[in-house]
Amino acid sequence: MERSSTGLNGEAEGPVRLVIFAVGNPSRGDDALGPMLMEELECQAPPGVELVSDFQLQPEHALDLYGCALALFIDAGTGTPAPFEFRELTAAAGHSVSSHAFTPSEVLQVYATLHGHPAPPAFLLCVRGDHFALGESLSPGAQEHLEAARRHLQACLVEPTAERWRHHLTGAQGPTEAQR
Amino acid sequence: MSFELETAANRENLRRVAIDPVSRVEGHGKVTLLLDDAGHVKEARLHIVEFRGFEKFIQGRPYWEVPVMVQRLCGICPVSHHLAAAKALDPVVGALTVTPTADKLRRLMHYGQILQSHALHFFHLASPDLLFGFESPVQQRNIVGVAGAWPEVAKKGVLLRKFGQEVIRITTGKRVHGTGAVPGGVNRSLSATERDSLLADADRVIEWSREAVHLARQLHETNAALYDDFGLFRSHLLSLVRADGALDLYDGHLRLRDARGQIVRDAIPCADYDQHIVEEVKSWSYMKFPFIKDLGPARGWYKVGPLARVQNCDFIPSPLAEVERQDFIARGEGEPIHAPLAYHWARMIEMLHAAEIIRELLDDPDLLSDQRMADGPRGREGVGIIEAPRGTLIHHYRVGEDDLVSYCNLIVSTTHNNQAMNEAVRQVARRYLDGRQLTEGLLNHIEVAIRAFDPCLSCATHALGKMPLVVELHGPDGAQLDRAERGG
Repeated sequence: MERSSTGLNGEAEGPVRLVIFAVGNPSRGDDALGPMLMEELECQAPPGVELVSDFQLQPEHALDLYGCALALFIDAGTGTPAPFEFRELTAAAGHSVSSHAFTPSEVLQVYATLHGHPAPPAFLLCVRGDHFALGESLSPGAQEHLEAARRHLQACLVEPTAERWRHHLTGAQGPTEAQR
Repeated sequence: MSFELETAANRENLRRVAIDPVSRVEGHGKVTLLLDDAGHVKEARLHIVEFRGFEKFIQGRPYWEVPVMVQRLCGICPVSHHLAAAKALDPVVGALTVTPTADKLRRLMHYGQILQSHALHFFHLASPDLLFGFESPVQQRNIVGVAGAWPEVAKKGVLLRKFGQEVIRITTGKRVHGTGAVPGGVNRSLSATERDSLLADADRVIEWSREAVHLARQLHETNAALYDDFGLFRSHLLSLVRADGALDLYDGHLRLRDARGQIVRDAIPCADYDQHIVEEVKSWSYMKFPFIKDLGPARGWYKVGPLARVQNCDFIPSPLAEVERQDFIARGEGEPIHAPLAYHWARMIEMLHAAEIIRELLDDPDLLSDQRMADGPRGREGVGIIEAPRGTLIHHYRVGEDDLVSYCNLIVSTTHNNQAMNEAVRQVARRYLDGRQLTEGLLNHIEVAIRAFDPCLSCATHALGKMPLVVELHGPDGAQLDRAERGG
């Protein structure tokens, strides 16, 4: 489901309970983990869920959060604990060196700055990837991680609320975004 | 080809400083500075540290897949690759001229891409440096810092980019990975509803773009000594221009001006590009160094992108941007402006032009027509050249009897600017780093010079954790003396 307004007022049309962002390039090896999970979601077309797929997160993705009750970011990660990490995000001005490719926490911060109030609760499903070369297919290790992440995602979608998802967290053992 | 500071004498005895990768550009570049014991810069290079393999990725695929597949080469300007590929493959399906509907829809898509990419660059990539200063705290020097200090600037930047992306979504059918252009034309027209949704915001986009030009100009003029001199070097200027000399970012012929502003090559048909442009390979970088063949590598290199285009054309065919261009040209007092930081001002003039063209196209009834495809006797080869946000982009294909791509040559905008970016790095290194302590702010001067060209150093990959900034210090014996890392 894609919103149709050009959104220059920063407001979306229609009720959306959950927005899911999948980030990655399908032709860049394990960077395809996010888009592959998104393809499966698109087939399911869960009601009340907006699906946003892109190569990388950008500032304007903050506009997709408007009016949503809950957000999920799906991405491949290097150095992520295998097979995946699932944790709640907080907005962070951060010390990122990249504005072309934002972290989810920076998107949340842009939302808060633009709208003057905090972004909705947001979670990150970061799937471990190892190889990202152009033209490569998914590595064997990433295929295993994908399967585990798929099961976790489906479990989350049974009851998409922040309260329920906090019971699905993989713990704080993994590195923070700033550390990865 | 040999340039001052490109290769040092006695380089094995020098101290190495690496900025790896350059932050806030797309992908993985690395700057190495070799210093002697006194801290003087003896060598400065911008390396591309990842082999791209674009051509290999394309060869062997059915030609009709190519306009879609090439979008995966770049996460920031996929539409430029999409359109350059479609243009190159038009002759393969016999469409030596596409229909007016196809031409105008492709132009609408392209100018939407120009608008969104220029907005991203200026508001989110460059403005932290320009508004806060090159040596401001790194924690502040990002778009979140801009949003805190100048919330209206940040918000307009976000919304301008959003509008450009809506143009792309509507003309390609999807927000990303769309399929609007195909060899021979386009596969969808605009509906009246879609056109009207864009029209509702088009005038406001022009107004905001004009304000952005004035902001860029104000930043330049209020700190003119720095902006006119920072990283300054002179070179040829290369771009497409329309047959009548107008700025045209979608189609035209190639024109080259020399550093003094004289037109030295003109009316070069796109199909003849390889008779004029050749690429030199250097052992220390994966990215090649293009130059004009008969001028030779030492004299024939050039720069591309907004700074070249705005000065290479004779006029801009939209009224508000033309006024701004004339003011910009006047600042040169009869000479071309070569200052890298002037890219920002020129880039905003182009963004205003894109906004005006989008507005003009939306009134054209051809956008709603179903005359989308052209054909004719099949061909086996084609060249598509387009002015992408960062500069001239060349796609060249040959297709076999089996309809598979047998030859592919891509020269992307950043490759055209390879020598120019290296020159800017050397100028800044010589001016700001020589003999001084290496602070974060000083190192950022190097990055500011590179970012002015808006390079795409390694396209279209992003995984969390893939892009840290690493600074390394190496002693004369090659041992690492120090290392700093930030972000990710």
